[in-house]
Amino acid sequence: MSLLEVSDLHVKVADREILNGVNLEVNPGEIHAIMGPNGSGKSTLTNTIAGQEGYIVENGDLRLNGTSLVELEPEERSYAGLFLAFQYPVEIPGVTNMEFLKTAVDSHRKQRGETALSSVEFIKDMRALVTKLDFNPEFLKRGVNESFSGGEKKRNEILQMLCLEPKVALLDETDSGLDIDALQVVAKGINEFRNSNNAVVLVTHYQRLLNHVVPDYVHVLLNGTIVKSGDASLALDLERKGYAWLEQDTSP
Amino acid sequence: MTNNIATTPEELIRKEYTAGFVTDIETETFPPGLSEEVVREISRKKAEPEWLTEWRLDALRRWEKMEEPTWAHVKFPSIDYQAISYFAAPKGDKPKSLDEVDPELLRTYEKLGIPLHEQKILAGVEEEPSQPRVAVDAVFDSVSITTTFKETLKEHGVVFCSFSEAVQSHPDLVKKYLGSVVPKTDNFYAALNSAVFSDGSFVYVPKGVRCPMELSTYFRINAENTGQFERTLIIADEGSYVSYLEGCTAPMRDENQLHAAVVELIALDDAQIKYSTVQNWYPGDENGVGGIYNFVTKRGTCRGARSHISWTQVETGSAITWKYPSVILRGDDSIGEFYSVALTNNRQQADTGTKMTHIGRNTKSTIVSKGISAGHSSNAYRGLVRMNPGARNARNYTQCDSLLIGSECAAHTFPYIESRRQDAIVEHEATTTRVSDDQLFMCRQRGIEPEKAVSMIVNGFCRDVFRELPMEFAVEASKLLEVSLEGAVG
Ligand SMILES: Nc1ncnc2c1ncn2[C@@H]1O[C@H](COP(=O)(O)OP(=O)(O)OP(=O)(O)O)[C@@H](O)[C@H]1O
Ligand SMILES: [Mg+2]
Repeated sequence: MSLLEVSDLHVKVADREILNGVNLEVNPGEIHAIMGPNGSGKSTLTNTIAGQEGYIVENGDLRLNGTSLVELEPEERSYAGLFLAFQYPVEIPGVTNMEFLKTAVDSHRKQRGETALSSVEFIKDMRALVTKLDFNPEFLKRGVNESFSGGEKKRNEILQMLCLEPKVALLDETDSGLDIDALQVVAKGINEFRNSNNAVVLVTHYQRLLNHVVPDYVHVLLNGTIVKSGDASLALDLERKGYAWLEQDTSP
Repeated sequence: MTNNIATTPEELIRKEYTAGFVTDIETETFPPGLSEEVVREISRKKAEPEWLTEWRLDALRRWEKMEEPTWAHVKFPSIDYQAISYFAAPKGDKPKSLDEVDPELLRTYEKLGIPLHEQKILAGVEEEPSQPRVAVDAVFDSVSITTTFKETLKEHGVVFCSFSEAVQSHPDLVKKYLGSVVPKTDNFYAALNSAVFSDGSFVYVPKGVRCPMELSTYFRINAENTGQFERTLIIADEGSYVSYLEGCTAPMRDENQLHAAVVELIALDDAQIKYSTVQNWYPGDENGVGGIYNFVTKRGTCRGARSHISWTQVETGSAITWKYPSVILRGDDSIGEFYSVALTNNRQQADTGTKMTHIGRNTKSTIVSKGISAGHSSNAYRGLVRMNPGARNARNYTQCDSLLIGSECAAHTFPYIESRRQDAIVEHEATTTRVSDDQLFMCRQRGIEPEKAVSMIVNGFCRDVFRELPMEFAVEASKLLEVSLEGAVG
């Protein structure tokens, strides 16, 4: 059984059909990259999988470990092992990163019937993680994404992913807006995270992250459907040729 | 989507007010109505000296000529002052010790989580840091039931007792300071209070003494159709320090009940008073039926040089809150602070803020106001910063933030500045934000349930104010916000 299965997914947003029949199968241990021009529906796909309000599933199904997600609340999808790194992470002023992470981790633990971690234990774990990832430990004390730079916000998403240890991580342009060092950090985080039991779906516009995190599959999303899938070399083709040559394929 | 977790306002709005029970106890209650005779009777009950009876009567006569203020941003049907009873007390003499207190009353405080038993500290045993000692004055309707740790405090020269007791034991201090900060005719409700005030707390901290524990008063309205008119007076003598906390609750009733208190603080040279309030009067139901009208006058005067008064308030209860804890900065180099969280949900209305009057030189004031509106509520900040001609080098910083939850509520800010000095520095910052769908979704994606997410976001918003509360009360305040916000998630 595949870990994540998207079948014939049709999604409407604000009464407009954005996705029309997306199919995707992700197995444990795999890395998938989803590419496609602006507005093609990549974030719509990831947001729908995570259960964002306003993304209406008109048809098709989403399954995680065989369980349909469509009827689940966003937090239930999270408990089921789904993680979404946001393209535009939002700020929560006054709530420290540490507090936010602990609340999230404790909610997950509670679902599994485990007791909350003591603050001391948690802080110790976090410090270890932060050091391993070359993050500045000061970030833990600051408000969630509060006055973080664009790149810092993206790193913070990776930190959250590592804390929650999901089964499937959807990373929506986590590589956008990163400087060279930050790109290394994010890549390191993803490689740290991946193992033979989980899977990563990267939404990206660029080859550069894929040099560090080599995908097993590359999919091209165009006008709400996946028009082409291939191996890592497809990303290189796209970098050279753009999307125009694929556009023709979708015209009726 | 399935909804085994309530996420709509309708499902969640059933806010639980856990303090809403009634204590079944025999009460002596005056028949409704207000007259000279009623005032005399209150004074007689408390065996007050002649001057105080006259003081009350003078207030009554002046009140009768005054009009209710209408400038606040609140709406309510007019109050029939003759329909209210002005005195209610558990029957019998005032208990001399805790053993004499009616067990029913003890249970009430137990249920409210208020410690009336003095935790014994064994010799040689370290005090549990999570259980700091707090002295409590418990006021039930019109009278004080008991005051704890009086003896310990006495050793340090600190006087902490009910107001009625202070009238007997420290008449000179009472006479000297009563009405010295809030004059009898200050406003309609203060005048009413001056005529009929019942019990409240009295604190005197002598020169150079740092009060060894937090002092607190818990006000409980229990009787029906009565008003509560407490009076609190805190005097910090030169170089002293005191931290005082006030908490309040009331049963759920369909009628509105009036609470019109007056609090006066006096800080002499180099003295500091920290006054914190966690106000949780019954707010009424989701349709706005019942609840307390909280019309309160609180004012402190920094009388001495380098004195310091700070008000911190967390206002989550009451149907209507009308309250402006203020500081008169008379002493040179004195400091006034106001930190406020006011949360309104359902049909609650709050018009609250502060007044900082700078008179002395180099006086400084800070105002941090956090208003949170949910449901159909209305939340207004009203503040006045006045720089008098003699206030050389005075400065004020005001930060006024509103957070909206849902689309049916309202937030208003009315900041007034009256400056008669060129060199005064007055800074004002204001923001209005919403708990956004994106914030909620981000939290939920991480596994944080919506109610928890909202309370976390609100807590973060209030951080600057909670920081000012004594630790144990900060925890209480943040729990209270959580309860008060139930049902606020859309
Ligand atoms: N809430 C919304 N309301 C209206 N239209 C929306 C909404 N969300 C997405 N859309 C539209 O759906 C289409 C797909 O948007 P989506 O964000 O999924 O694109 P994307 O592939 O992630 O683009 P980018 O590469 O720029 O991030 C766009 O035309 C967008 O305007
Ligand atoms: Mg996108």
